[in-house]
Amino acid sequence: MLFRVFAKDHLINLYDILAVNHIVGPMSKGFDRHGAPLYDFDFIYDFAELQLHYPATIHSLKRFVLPPRETLCTFDLQKDGWQKHVDYNAYKPTVYFGLHACDINALNKLDKVLTGNVYPDPYYAAKRKNMFIIGAGCTPQPFCFCKSMGTDSVLHGFDLFLTDLGDSYFAEIHSARAFAFISSLECREPRQSEHQRFMEVAQERMNLFTCHVDTTDLTKILDLEFQAEVWREWGRKCLSCGTCANVCPTCYCYGIEENVDLGLQHASKTRHLYSCNLIDFAQVAGGHNFRPESHDRLKYRYYHKHRGFVEAFEESLCVGCGRCGQSCLANITVPEVIASVRGEGGDHA
Amino acid sequence: MHKLPFVDVLAEQRDHARRQDLASFEYTFQAEITNVYPLTATEKLYQLQIIDPEQRQRFSFQPGQFVMLELPGIGEAPFSISSSPVRHGDIELCIRAVGNLTNFLARAPRGTRLGISGPFGTGFPVEKMQGHDIMLIAGGLGLVPLRAPISAVLENRSRYGNIDIIYGARNPAELLFTYQYDMWRQFDIDLSIIVDAGDATWQGPVGRITTILEQRIAAAPNIGKNTYAIVCGPPVMFKFVCDMLIKAQLPMQQIFVSLERRMHCGRGKCCRCNIGSTYTCLEGPVFDYWSVMNLKEAI
Repeated sequence: MLFRVFAKDHLINLYDILAVNHIVGPMSKGFDRHGAPLYDFDFIYDFAELQLHYPATIHSLKRFVLPPRETLCTFDLQKDGWQKHVDYNAYKPTVYFGLHACDINALNKLDKVLTGNVYPDPYYAAKRKNMFIIGAGCTPQPFCFCKSMGTDSVLHGFDLFLTDLGDSYFAEIHSARAFAFISSLECREPRQSEHQRFMEVAQERMNLFTCHVDTTDLTKILDLEFQAEVWREWGRKCLSCGTCANVCPTCYCYGIEENVDLGLQHASKTRHLYSCNLIDFAQVAGGHNFRPESHDRLKYRYYHKHRGFVEAFEESLCVGCGRCGQSCLANITVPEVIASVRGEGGDHA
Repeated sequence: MHKLPFVDVLAEQRDHARRQDLASFEYTFQAEITNVYPLTATEKLYQLQIIDPEQRQRFSFQPGQFVMLELPGIGEAPFSISSSPVRHGDIELCIRAVGNLTNFLARAPRGTRLGISGPFGTGFPVEKMQGHDIMLIAGGLGLVPLRAPISAVLENRSRYGNIDIIYGARNPAELLFTYQYDMWRQFDIDLSIIVDAGDATWQGPVGRITTILEQRIAAAPNIGKNTYAIVCGPPVMFKFVCDMLIKAQLPMQQIFVSLERRMHCGRGKCCRCNIGSTYTCLEGPVFDYWSVMNLKEAI
């Protein structure tokens, strides 16, 4: 990895040289009922809209790579047959400006399942290949537990990563494209004192984490506590609304829907993102539901994130962004659920 | 100003195998319904043929695998192939009319064009079973995925030992493939059929499938290490049947089940078929009994 340093007021120059492309970044989206500002990713048309020092966004950037509704293909229906037309819905490269480490890690995790060896998904891959990612250092929020999930820093999956050193930005360069962009700015190699400052900033950030999840032996504990009563308690709280999956940067499950247009000449196949907490998630034709109870579905969600994905890919599917807990209408948070499941183990002893 | 180049995932030079994989994700074979046989009031057997002769010949599957069947604008769903693998792209699917897609199919005439993708999932290891006795135990619609291994075994009858088929249905009117029973028996197959409730013409036994399984195990003391079992039926059936087989000394890895789950992709993406976090479409639908025990909430 190569490193460069550039003065803070040159950030607008970086924005300007990239502005010929579509740029998605964090921007202010209004206020919550307590008057606190809300941020979300959206297309940026003016440098002034870009809020690089945002605390966290409500949604991840999932909607840009896995749209909540996406037409997978269309059909021309003829009297004696049909023709299928597939469109991957990716037309232009897009710059993603100012992603936190957790969101970049989330994309890396999605890559494992969606572009892995078995049946790689071209809809996702087409969008993913056309991303130019600029990461940005963050300030840990009270609900962030990425440090526990090992996703507080990011090693790959970005082009450029910016860390604020006070009066300048420390840029980690991870691709030839990014190197070309940075080289056209007024920048220089970091001095020893800036290396020092970079390490200090990283350490200061580490000290700000307040929310932790104990993941030691979590896969085994989840298996041991499969029948634990505590799941039923969380199940009684859970409203099965699917909000957690909606805001989750790594929830990718979906349903397929086919529709015919009114003229009966064309049809389309649409993918809509789903949630394993919705009641009919595992219901089969004929009415049998493999997970009829709220607690079954909530438990399944935790098993998929924290056990099954670990088994398959040696890492958890959760990046610890804390969005699900922030959006949950019933105030169910991952750290609390996992702590309670671990506690249940203690009671048996 | 720096304009980023657009990357076409299918045009990337470096990885030919992957390009093929990406392009085939949404690919479906066009197939035609060549014939429809009504089996009962709600189930029909559809004979499908992949239209392109070359694709038809190249289409190969293992008994137990499934295809995703798509009717443009109506829907897409997984169905077990219930015909013999030697017939390649001339496949048979037995389908009960229960939902949008299947009710549409029930009204579809011969010649209807539909899409098939697959085959997906795992199959029954019929080759490994050679030289052994086989018990096939089916409840209700469970006979549908079992008809593929039955055909495969019949085609190589001399390589297998005793073959028992135990089949239970709710009532005589719901029995599937009745026209094939005589043929199966002529191939020296012990076929026992039991119904939950008989009718005026029913001569056979009445009761649960476990009753007849108990009798079979009691009557054949050699059932055990040299026997393979294939089980498919409604969720409640698996536990009772598999427990009895374990008691009869069948090793866990010689008992195979075919599980039903909701599926929207068949390709290990949509998560709808997950048991725990094992994809039924990739690692199943055929599991050995050890995997079933190891997975939470599989049966």
